[in-house]
Amino acid sequence: MKFIKYILVGLLFGIVLTKSEAVSWYRIYEMFHFQSFHMFGIIGTAVFVGVIGLQLFKRSKLKDIDGQPIILADKEKGFTRYLIGGLLFGLGWGLVGTCPGPIFILIGAGFWGIGIVLIGALLGTYLYGLLKNKLPH
Amino acid sequence: MDIFYGTWPWYVSGFLIGSVMLLLVYFGKTFGMSSNLRTMCTILGAGKTSDFFRFDWKAQRWNLAVVLGAMLGGFIAVTYLSDPNVPTVMLNPTTVTELQQMHIDAPDGKLIPDALSSADAIQSPKVLAILLIGGLLVGFGTRYAGGCTSGHAITGLSNLQLPSLIAVIGFFIGGLLMSWILLPLILK
Repeated sequence: MKFIKYILVGLLFGIVLTKSEAVSWYRIYEMFHFQSFHMFGIIGTAVFVGVIGLQLFKRSKLKDIDGQPIILADKEKGFTRYLIGGLLFGLGWGLVGTCPGPIFILIGAGFWGIGIVLIGALLGTYLYGLLKNKLPH
Repeated sequence: MDIFYGTWPWYVSGFLIGSVMLLLVYFGKTFGMSSNLRTMCTILGAGKTSDFFRFDWKAQRWNLAVVLGAMLGGFIAVTYLSDPNVPTVMLNPTTVTELQQMHIDAPDGKLIPDALSSADAIQSPKVLAILLIGGLLVGFGTRYAGGCTSGHAITGLSNLQLPSLIAVIGFFIGGLLMSWILLPLILK
């Protein structure tokens, strides 16, 4: 039962990403070609709401649902892994038009072909695990 | 109801996505979808061959619940919150013309081109290779960068993290390179 709230948050996420068409290959293509403001508007608004929300959480010293202080861990310092990893992800995003969230959402929506993207993504994650210690971070 | 069945405006969608991230923070968790790929590798037994997958995946069950919800959300959105008479995926006409030159069908209400996902299309070795390699890059790249659009672009930028900004710049360099230079060559 404790998982219900996570399923509901996921449900909202899946509906919003589908109805906003952020899961659409076309929207991602259009974004990278600067032919519409739509995707930039979505990401920009989400970050705007996120920055204000997190600042309010911190300043009001809001406790989380279990009464624990809210702490968001800082990302590890670094440069190479973020730029190169980000670039490789961007190449995939531009090609198949799906970041990890939409892969799951689209399969749920009945686009079985995206199952192949999921298999690729699992293989890619596994490959990273195998090569991790040999890569510059 | 057309507003509801059609394309949701960016400001409503962005607000709700930001709220999803904040809700998860309130639940004591961090929004990040690509972590689930690692969890799934662990469940599939990847820990036998790599340390990276030896972790307590049960602590990540909440995130798998988010995935399950997201899949249901996708199903509900296309099944109950869509109406074929209400136009969706209205693209810039320039985009449609550009895509036609690359043999990509116009959306006409579809989320994904038939050329990349229809049952016929995925029997072509070329399309299969595109989907598989695209997925591979997404999986490898997000783990190398330690996050994807949700973990870096939404959560990281909201928390004013410099590494996330570097990653997002990387996302865009990669996406621009693909979309402007490689994709036209691949789809030719």
